[in-house]
Amino acid sequence: MKAALQRFFDGDVWYSFRHSPVAIGAALVAAVCVFCAVFAGWVAPHNPFDLATLELSDARLPPAWEEGGQARYLLGTDDQGRDILSALMYGARISLFVGGVSVLLSVVVGVGLGLLAGFVGGRVDAFIMRVCDVMLSFPPILIALLIDGAGRAMFPEAAEHLAFAVLIIAISLSYWVQYARTVRGSTLVERNKEYVQAARVIGVHPLRIMFRHVLPNVTGPVLVLATIQVALAIITEATLSFLGVGVPPTQPSLGTLIRVGNDFLFSGEWWITVFPGVMLVLIALSVNLLGDWLRDALNPRLR
Amino acid sequence: MLAFILRRLAQALAVMLAVAFIAFMLFQYVGDPVTNLLGQDATAEDRAALRANLGLDQPFPVQFAAFIGNALQGEFGMSLRQGRKVSALIAERFPATLELALTAAVIALVVGIPLGVYAALRRGRWLAQLVMMASLLGVSLPTFLIGILLILVFAVTLGVLPSFGRGEVVALGGWSTGFLTVDGWKHLVLPAVTLSIFQLALILRLVRAEMLEVLRSDYIKFARARGLSDRAVYFGHALKNTMVPVITITGLQLGSLIAFAIITETVFQWPGMGLLFIQAVQFADIPVMAAYLCLIALIFVVINLVVDLLYFAVDPRLRIEGGTGGHG
Repeated sequence: MKAALQRFFDGDVWYSFRHSPVAIGAALVAAVCVFCAVFAGWVAPHNPFDLATLELSDARLPPAWEEGGQARYLLGTDDQGRDILSALMYGARISLFVGGVSVLLSVVVGVGLGLLAGFVGGRVDAFIMRVCDVMLSFPPILIALLIDGAGRAMFPEAAEHLAFAVLIIAISLSYWVQYARTVRGSTLVERNKEYVQAARVIGVHPLRIMFRHVLPNVTGPVLVLATIQVALAIITEATLSFLGVGVPPTQPSLGTLIRVGNDFLFSGEWWITVFPGVMLVLIALSVNLLGDWLRDALNPRLR
Repeated sequence: MLAFILRRLAQALAVMLAVAFIAFMLFQYVGDPVTNLLGQDATAEDRAALRANLGLDQPFPVQFAAFIGNALQGEFGMSLRQGRKVSALIAERFPATLELALTAAVIALVVGIPLGVYAALRRGRWLAQLVMMASLLGVSLPTFLIGILLILVFAVTLGVLPSFGRGEVVALGGWSTGFLTVDGWKHLVLPAVTLSIFQLALILRLVRAEMLEVLRSDYIKFARARGLSDRAVYFGHALKNTMVPVITITGLQLGSLIAFAIITETVFQWPGMGLLFIQAVQFADIPVMAAYLCLIALIFVVINLVVDLLYFAVDPRLRIEGGTGGHG
């Protein structure tokens, strides 16, 4: 373990990280956001879901620096007297959770199908690639909306309960294509290399060759892709929640907070919707910048 | 040439069939159409009669063929939520979405191309860098957030532009247009700008990258060596060759504009197809969803096909190699 860490700190990736102010800045912002989200229960000054502590007399207070604001509520309160800053942290937790799990799931589906297509070839390959072609001709947000809609129609009673599962499946099914195509491409190259042929000659089971020998050699690009997709998945989740077909309002994500705040825009309470928006952009932008940096750092041609 | 066109046509047809199949499956197996029409407490005979009437007792391929036949005539049944024909609902909403998408496309092109050219020619100057930074923000900001911010600034704080609906529209036959009234134009500004920002940033970055690429090529050096003016080199030679990929991407993006209009229409309560679709998703109104899906797929497939064929016509290299044609 110690040796592995030592290797990492001596390696190219760490070197390029230390010399890229943009990457350091983005990593800091992302780390703060993730920290606040994960430890929302300890970090947040209030618990926005604890009804006992809510006071309606504190509703719609502006941020602390505006006239009428209170220091207790740094970023103001919403219509039910919930502290915006705390709601942000809890909301970010749900956004990051949905985004992260969706990416994980789409990586599993995409890498699995890509490996299968590249390794088996023939009809299986042709079929999977045609499905990819069809899916690529539509924007992912539309596919996610459709899957979400179909899911809602199938389980109308349990909509509240299953909303998270439906949402995660919808997002991951609309983003797996990229992984499948990338992995298939690298698998086609790896398949004909000597070590695979050697394994075949020894009589290793094809499934074992696929997962133990080929898989570790095709995961490089997947890592970069996954980083960028985390930002995309978070934005997709926020968009779906904003459209009212995402997470249930009882567990608001950043998108839900923006949707709710949108109703108060015209009465002048801009902070209810603007701060969740800023948080969303901060997360998406920092993750995007990190992904860009990682792509360049891992690209041997740019070294 | 003919083989290429035929292959592309077959591909387009296959995509349409696949989408129609998905729409059909939605229709058939998500929610029970008989229960939807008759309600929970209909008698068994009534249900069987309606089942036979709707052709639901027929074998699967026959039902699918009937569905395709109806779809070809634009017939998708009744909306479960509004109790009106889906075709009429969509025909009513289509002009609003198309006008919005076209205006957004024009804004993206008219603003994006000059800014991209500027950013390429004046690379390194602070204004060009500012443009590039703004464009990075433009591709990172979610559409709905741009809409909300524009409403906050122009409708709430400044109070100069309306923030919802289409305003006054004029009916031309079956087509309702907002282009003919001042009120209609005012209502169009914020949604169209919102919808265009992402495409604008995309086109800007694309034009800049292509322009930088072209400016490095030999024939530009040669044009300079001939002593042509900067203006002639930049606009007569460089920009012209930059336009081919730009037109391709713009064509492909027109379809996304119509799809992304879903978000913009929700933010601005713009009475287009996107809003109709979102309401259908919220209320699980399957016929509307299926019809929208087929229509959007048709638009996408037609645009992809036209772009591919145009590409083929414009770029002679593709013809010689007998290549696979642009993209998948």
